[in-house]
Amino acid sequence: MADLVVDARGLQCPMPVIKVSQAMNQVDSGQTVELIASDRGALSDIPAWSKDMGHPLKDQFEENDEYHFIVEKA
Amino acid sequence: MTVSEVESDTAAEEDSSAPEQEKMVIIAGSGDLDKAWPVLLLATTGAAYGMDVTIFFTFWGLTIIKSPESRITGDDWRQKMMSVFKPGSPDKLQLSTMSFGGMGAKMMKGLADENNVASVQELLELSQDLGVKLWPCQMTMDLMGLSEDDLMDGLGQPAGAGSAISLMKQASISLFI
Repeated sequence: MADLVVDARGLQCPMPVIKVSQAMNQVDSGQTVELIASDRGALSDIPAWSKDMGHPLKDQFEENDEYHFIVEKA
Repeated sequence: MTVSEVESDTAAEEDSSAPEQEKMVIIAGSGDLDKAWPVLLLATTGAAYGMDVTIFFTFWGLTIIKSPESRITGDDWRQKMMSVFKPGSPDKLQLSTMSFGGMGAKMMKGLADENNVASVQELLELSQDLGVKLWPCQMTMDLMGLSEDDLMDGLGQPAGAGSAISLMKQASISLFI
């Protein structure tokens, strides 16, 4: 279970990236954030963002047309 | 204090506050809705990437940051005419093509709303929340007869091409939209 769950369902680009970056400010290093998005663009945007920012993407899965990303704060 | 002292003070301040923060600069030169959107989308995303983002608003780009209360501006009849035919503020922006006298923008905003795409106003607010710097261009403000009172609140000091180049020299991303 992630330390913080962020619901970005229904929101379009660039909001999933904005939401996850804002969530990172609310957790400590080593804690995880779960982002739930419905925007298909998030499938490429979130992994790119996490790689560039150095926050590891620990898990990613799809459930009922919703995309879940578990990102750990570096 | 001499000019060089002021400059070195500013540089020292920037260095200490953001040692490794990457910079992104966007020149917003258009008041079209379809240009304002990408300007603000990329600016907010740049901020989400931890970048120090600055948007320069110049020429028609100034209409994006005009205050909704701003009416007829300038002293010259040509400036007044421009402000009548090109009213400002983010809620009045039009599409560059398929404008159809405002119908196009209405349709596009309706679609954006139904698809949960953030509006230009929302993205402007978000930009400010995320610390994106919004700088109006002084020369085009003068050209169009705009004072700081005609623009929205929370903007940076009006600046010029020198400031833009100075920032772009340090920026890893510079865009003209």
